Amino acid sequence: MADHPAVDAHDLVKVFRGKREVRALDGVSLEVARGTVLGLLGPNGAGKTTAVRILSTILAPDSGRAHVLGHDVVHEAGTVRRLIGLAGQYATVDENLTGRENIKMVGRLTHMPKVATAARADELLDQFGLTEAANRTLKTYSGGMRRRLDLAAALVGRPPVLFLDEPTTGLDPQSRQDLWAVIEGLVRAGTTVLLTTQYLEEADRLADRVVVIDHGRVIAEGTPAELKADLGTTVISVTLSDPAAAQAAADVLGPLVAGKPPVLDGASVELTVEDGPRLAADVLRTLDQHQMVVAGLALREPSLDDVFLSLTGHRAESEPAAGAEPPGGAPARVPVGAADRDGARAR
Amino acid sequence: MTATTLDHGVISPDPAPAGSGTGSRLRWAVSDARTVTWRNLLRYTRIPDSIFFSSVQPVMFVLLFRYVFGGAINIPHTTYVNYLIAGVYVQTVMFGAVSTSVGLAQDLHEGLIERFRALPMARSAVLAGRTTADLVRNVGVLLLITAVGYAVGFRVQTNAFEFVAALLLVLFFAYALSWGFAIIGLSASNAETAQLAAFPVLFPLTFASSAFVPVTSMPGWLQAFAKHQPVSQVIDASRELMLGGSSALWSMSNLWQALAWSAGLLAVLAPLAVWRYRRAA
Repeated sequence: MADHPAVDAHDLVKVFRGKREVRALDGVSLEVARGTVLGLLGPNGAGKTTAVRILSTILAPDSGRAHVLGHDVVHEAGTVRRLIGLAGQYATVDENLTGRENIKMVGRLTHMPKVATAARADELLDQFGLTEAANRTLKTYSGGMRRRLDLAAALVGRPPVLFLDEPTTGLDPQSRQDLWAVIEGLVRAGTTVLLTTQYLEEADRLADRVVVIDHGRVIAEGTPAELKADLGTTVISVTLSDPAAAQAAADVLGPLVAGKPPVLDGASVELTVEDGPRLAADVLRTLDQHQMVVAGLALREPSLDDVFLSLTGHRAESEPAAGAEPPGGAPARVPVGAADRDGARAR
Repeated sequence: MTATTLDHGVISPDPAPAGSGTGSRLRWAVSDARTVTWRNLLRYTRIPDSIFFSSVQPVMFVLLFRYVFGGAINIPHTTYVNYLIAGVYVQTVMFGAVSTSVGLAQDLHEGLIERFRALPMARSAVLAGRTTADLVRNVGVLLLITAVGYAVGFRVQTNAFEFVAALLLVLFFAYALSWGFAIIGLSASNAETAQLAAFPVLFPLTFASSAFVPVTSMPGWLQAFAKHQPVSQVIDASRELMLGGSSALWSMSNLWQALAWSAGLLAVLAPLAVWRYRRAA
């Protein structure tokens, strides 16, 4: 069994029947090699959470098979549960309990001996910088502390495979950085991680390989470098006075970018380029030469939206959802909220 | 944050559990239920709502009914406070059962049960731990009501054995009810809905009963319901056990009816709740 991948899934299908039939997963296959990190990237409602719920034995697929370290997630669910840790936006701990109590609870339910659980709790609280907050209820924790505690609780039984469902969604930039550092530490120590995310930046930083899914299907996969090579590394967004001016600007800027044509978005023109800062100067110079008035200029890293635009030719469709929270780094136009879960829960 | 010093020694755990026989599985099921019970009891102590419903409210009911209505309601053969206590017992465990609904709905929708499902714990532990925690809390609540009752004139008229039997009967009934309220909690779309869904069941059963006034004071059509519904049966039986009125246990038809109701409810509601729990996620 040593040569089994940590996680492999073959042709997973899950359909939720309700008022509206939702094909949450429509034939998803993926593989995570031991000791590596796979980033499952996609907008809300893409099927990320459903995939994690199936792989972590919470939900049975309608068809297809999945294994964790060679064990079937449906027929050997009990064994799989002893090998995995799960933390995520929809799988949490009790906010009325203290940090230590929560870790102990999960430890006891993982069937660790009482004494070992207590020692492990202390160890984890220390490692995650939560020792001082250990005896406070989670209600008093900040968002970042909460996620760290969630992650700590998932690690009580030292699982070799870890599922993280949107580990940093809604966190401020500093907390995201902290959590990324923690995850990197786990990976260095040999843990295999499958994480879902909406942020290309996060996949880029943490993942060895990335699988992009949309509408329950895999639409791209590769290393972050491969995905970005297809995409360019910087987006230059120039805003002009009106859409007509933007069209004119796109025409004169076209020759500046070799591969991809400029994309129009209202009164803005977007260029996806390799060398953003140098080209931005060229862009301004060219527009000046044509006496076009620039209302705004922005440089940004490509967002998930750009990946989608590049891969599918359309923007990431996402139902407008409440509680939109922009990611800490790159501005994304993907609303963040409950759509994924609604999809996963609808019946 | 000391990520670099993280010592997450990954062991390759033996996929076989420490002992996979039926005996060991049962032992883990009990252990998991105990852990979840412990967690639920801790949680009770930290939520103002549940503290209110299980301690402040019953005390207020005893005091208010004793002093406000006590003078106006005439009970043959005994004092109103003696009559009242059995009613407050049952009313309190019923209102307390709402926290079963609310707690389960919260666990379900806030993601705790989701997490539990990915742990190697016994599947039965969520419901077993919930209903056991309710039972433990109810023991405390009944003792509190008894103490307050004693302070304002309540006296057991029979003996210690029958008094304990009365408490056990109320606890058994409450335990059966917990499973019913678990179904409400698992079916509700959120905790608020769970609470709203529970009250329309509670109010008629609690107040159209013999809890606070003799049913003979009610209009005929209501009397028929009030006299025969399970809440009244349980109240009447525990009242009889505490105050006397029947010569021997085996001749107490109220007691047997109350036991039959409780056992019947448990036999129907528990499997339904388990079925609902399996479907709920």
